[in-house]
Amino acid sequence: MIYLDAAATSFLKPPCVAQAVVEAMETVGSPGRGAHPLTLSASRTVWACREAVAQLLGVSDPARVCFTNNSTTALNTAICGLFGPGDHVITTALEHNSVLRPLYRLAEQGLELTILPADEQGMICCEDLSRALRPNTRGVVCNHASNVTGNVVDVEKIGVFCREHDLYFVVDASQSAGVLEVNQQTMGASVVCFTGHKGLLGPQGTGGLCVAPDVTLRPLVVGGSGVHSYDHRHPAQLPEGLEAGTLNAHGLAGLLAGVGYILEHGRETLYRQEMELAKSFIQGVRDIPGVTLYGDVDAPQRTAVVSFNLGEEDAGEVADVLAEEFGICTRAGAHCAPLIHEALGTSQRGAVRVSFSHRNTPQDVAQAIEAVKQLACRLEI
Amino acid sequence: MLRKPQLRLVVTFHTTAEALKTEQVARQLGLEGRLIPVPQALSAGCGLAWSGPPETETDLKHALREAEVIPEQLVTLTI
Repeated sequence: MIYLDAAATSFLKPPCVAQAVVEAMETVGSPGRGAHPLTLSASRTVWACREAVAQLLGVSDPARVCFTNNSTTALNTAICGLFGPGDHVITTALEHNSVLRPLYRLAEQGLELTILPADEQGMICCEDLSRALRPNTRGVVCNHASNVTGNVVDVEKIGVFCREHDLYFVVDASQSAGVLEVNQQTMGASVVCFTGHKGLLGPQGTGGLCVAPDVTLRPLVVGGSGVHSYDHRHPAQLPEGLEAGTLNAHGLAGLLAGVGYILEHGRETLYRQEMELAKSFIQGVRDIPGVTLYGDVDAPQRTAVVSFNLGEEDAGEVADVLAEEFGICTRAGAHCAPLIHEALGTSQRGAVRVSFSHRNTPQDVAQAIEAVKQLACRLEI
Repeated sequence: MLRKPQLRLVVTFHTTAEALKTEQVARQLGLEGRLIPVPQALSAGCGLAWSGPPETETDLKHALREAEVIPEQLVTLTI
């Protein structure tokens, strides 16, 4: 089997991740809940994970790395914790439903929403931000890297815009954390939301949000915190303030191993390896008759995500044949990002997404190219 | 009485993160001490306290300042 679906989850993980999860299950108790050795061991593991994430993502204080079970929860926490009825928020057509749906729901309650359009290459124009400004604009919520095209948004530029206009800036780093340079301070991001199981190489069920020092969020969930047990209100201090309930310490042990692996091997080195594979794939398929590639595939900075279609075939059909006949795992459909598919003109049939890990091989790429060639021949395009 | 009472330096914190940070810096400095449940005589935001011999107070205070940890309480008491 050839796994080319790293944008969905990092199936090809370094072995240290699973080992760390198993070891944690056998050695740690409940984090932040008491002072016996197993509990302390769990708390230390979680704290080490905060430090590692803070180091990788340029967060000033590890205590402001708050863990959730995925990026969707982190984004809901950030969006619902910062914005409400009467506020105006700007987002983009590149967004995943984990951004769009919380915003749509708030819009039903009176939030004003502007969605910046994407062009036919799936790119937004940052100058549209100025035109969208209103007196009640409170913030911008924006994808760092598209999960459909792999194209990258100039988040530092948007960060400057937000600082100039005193706006909150929420960055969805689901596709970029562990892959591109994500530095909360350089970006000027109020909140950076990440998932643990993609570029950070951790297990599913891990993720979080990094909250800038001057930002206060209303928690999405309140409850057990391990501190201030007699107070009726959930504590405000971070990270406990945004971490009601027992954390996934076993998963976070795995995330710590994944982030540790990235720090040890160098994010840029791993990124270059997977980009070489993605570029080889693009070069190998772009001239095959009937192949349509989406997005700006020649952009100098992008992620190793490539979406394509073959002739007029349904993307799901192509992905199914790739899996059944060639053992190649890809992701077809709308990728939970409806608006960019509208911009690309692929709403009806979706697209086939291949996404590479640094743990894929040139042979994987060669076989994928050959499979696409064979399918194109079969279609007699 | 389960254990013989001793005079100890006890530091309490607003958050678990601060308690763990304190444990880390104390270890780096080689200070004798460890994390314990917060004694009943004190109340704190975090259920963990750091406890060490009273003579560690000066070094620990310095380390906490360096680490930018603001304790909720820092007291010497018999526990």
